[in-house]
Amino acid sequence: MTRTLEERNWGFVAIRFVAIGAISFLVMQPLLWMAASSFKPEIDIFRDIGLLPRRFTFENYVRGWKGTGMGFALFFRNSIAMVSVAIIGNLISCTLAAFAFARMEFRFRSVLFALMMATIMLPQHAVMITQYIMFFRLGVANSMIPVVLPKFFATDAFFIFLIVQFMRGIPSELDQAARVDGCNSWSIFYRIVLPLCQPALVTTTIFTFLWTWNDFFTQLVYLTHPKLQTVSLALRRFIDGDALPAYGQMMAMSVLSILPIMILFAFFQRLLIEGISTSGLKS
Amino acid sequence: MAASLVLSFTDYNLFDKPRFTGLENFALMFSGDWHFPAALSVTLRYVLIAVPLQLLVSLLLAFVLNRGVPGLSVFRTLFYIPSLLGSSVAVGILWRQIFGGEGVLNIMLTGLGLEWARGVSWIASPRYALGTIIILRVWQFGSPMIIFLAGLKQIPQELLEAAEIEGASRLQRSWRISLPMLSPIILFNFVMQIISAFKVFTEAFIVSGGASGGGVVGGTLDSLLFYTIHIYSEGFVKFRMGYASALSWLLLGIISVFTFISFRFSSKWVFYNEGT
Repeated sequence: MTRTLEERNWGFVAIRFVAIGAISFLVMQPLLWMAASSFKPEIDIFRDIGLLPRRFTFENYVRGWKGTGMGFALFFRNSIAMVSVAIIGNLISCTLAAFAFARMEFRFRSVLFALMMATIMLPQHAVMITQYIMFFRLGVANSMIPVVLPKFFATDAFFIFLIVQFMRGIPSELDQAARVDGCNSWSIFYRIVLPLCQPALVTTTIFTFLWTWNDFFTQLVYLTHPKLQTVSLALRRFIDGDALPAYGQMMAMSVLSILPIMILFAFFQRLLIEGISTSGLKS
Repeated sequence: MAASLVLSFTDYNLFDKPRFTGLENFALMFSGDWHFPAALSVTLRYVLIAVPLQLLVSLLLAFVLNRGVPGLSVFRTLFYIPSLLGSSVAVGILWRQIFGGEGVLNIMLTGLGLEWARGVSWIASPRYALGTIIILRVWQFGSPMIIFLAGLKQIPQELLEAAEIEGASRLQRSWRISLPMLSPIILFNFVMQIISAFKVFTEAFIVSGGASGGGVVGGTLDSLLFYTIHIYSEGFVKFRMGYASALSWLLLGIISVFTFISFRFSSKWVFYNEGT
C-alpha cells in the first residue's frame, strides 16, 4: 500500500536493489568465507581465499570433532544439557512470575514490577562477583549449577515482561468463568492461561536457547573443569595455548557451533523477527 | 546486590576474611591501578564511536528498505544474521582470521596492490585494534534495523500523503515527518545499544586473547582492555574480589549516568505523538 504513494520508478528500484544486494553480500561475506574455509585443506585456507573451495575436504570436520583427548561430542552434549535445563528453568519460573504480575493482586505489585524491569539494565557483571562468592561458599563454583540454577528463580526479566504482556491480552472473563466452575488460581494458570500463552512460551524457549548457547562469560567463570567444557569454551581453546594453530578445524568447529542457531532461525524466523520488532515498539 | 556493594569497600580475596578498607578500592582505581584508565578509555571510545555508527547504518538501511526493494524479507533476514550470532565465540574467531597479520583482509589488500598492508596485524597493532571491534559492532546492525523498519511501517500514511500534496519533497518527508515520528524508537535503540556496548566482553576477549593473535588478553598495550575484561582479570584471575566488585559498581554507575543523560536530553529531540 506504500506503493500507491510513489510513482513507480523502476530505475530507482533497480538501483536500490543492486545497492542493497551488494551490501548484503558484504555483510554475509565473512560468514560465507568461514563456511568455505572449513571445507578447504589447511594449506589452502589463506592461499585460496575464494568462496568456492578449489580442493574440497571433510577432514577438518572429522579431525576437529574427534579433537585431542576429549572430542566435540562431549562438548556438544554439555552445551545441549546446559541449554535444555536453562530452558526448563526459564519456562517454569518466568511463567509463574508473569502469572503473578498479570493476574494476581498483591501489595507493591507495580513497584516490584518496575524494580524487575530495572534489572534488565543491570550488567550481569555487577552481580557476578557476589554470585560467584555465594556459589564458592556453597562449594559448587566448579559445576553446572551456577550456570543453570538462576534460571529457576526467574532472573531473566525480559522473558517475564514478554509473558506478562501476552497474558494481559488474554481476556480475564475466561478466568472468571473458570472460577465460577470451581477452578483455583493454580488450575486457572495451568489449564487456561498457560495453554493460551503458547507463542510467548515458544519465543522464550528460542531466546533462552540462543542466549545460553552463545553465552561465554558465565561459562568461562564457572565451568573450569575440563569435563564440563561447553562448545564455546572448547572453541576458545583453539586460540590459546601453545598448540599448533589448526585453522581448518577451528573454522569447521566454529561452523558447527553456529549451526544450531541457524537451524533454529530458519524454523522460527518470523516469530523471532516479530519478537524483536515488537520489543522496540511496545516500550 | 547489597552484598556486592558492601564488598566493594573491602579487600576480600575469596580465602581470607574480608577486611574493611573504606574507599581504598575506589582510590586505587585512580592512583594505583595502571590498567584502569586504559580500560575506561577503551570502553568509552568504543561506546561513543560504535553505537552512533551502528545506529546510523541501521537507520539508513531501514529507510532504503522501507522505500521498497524486491526481496525485502530475504534482505532483512540476511542483515539480521550477524546480530543473531551476537557475541558468540565463533564470531570472535572469525574476526581474528579476517584482521590478523596474515588474515583475509590483508590478502585482499595486497591483492589490490596495496603492498604496505602486508603483514600488518590490525589486531595486534594498538592503533587499529579497537577499530576492528567497532567494525564488529557496526556489522551487527541488523537488530536495531529491524526495529526501525517496524517503526517506519507504523507511521500513518495520511501524514506522508498530506505532506506530499503540500509539495514536500521525498527528502523533506523523511527528514521532517518520518524521522521525528521515529525518534522514540531511536531513543530506545540508542539506550539499549549503549547498555549492551558497555557490557561487551566475549568479542574483545577472543579477538585479543591467545598466542597467535599477537598478545595477551586485553590486546597490545591494553588497546583492547575493555572494562569488563578488566573486571574479569581482577576478580577471576587475580581473585581480588573486593576490588572487582568496586569496579563493577562503578560500571553500573557509569551506565546509569549515560542512560539518565539520554533520557534527560531526549525531551529536546524526541517527539511523542499524543494520538498513540
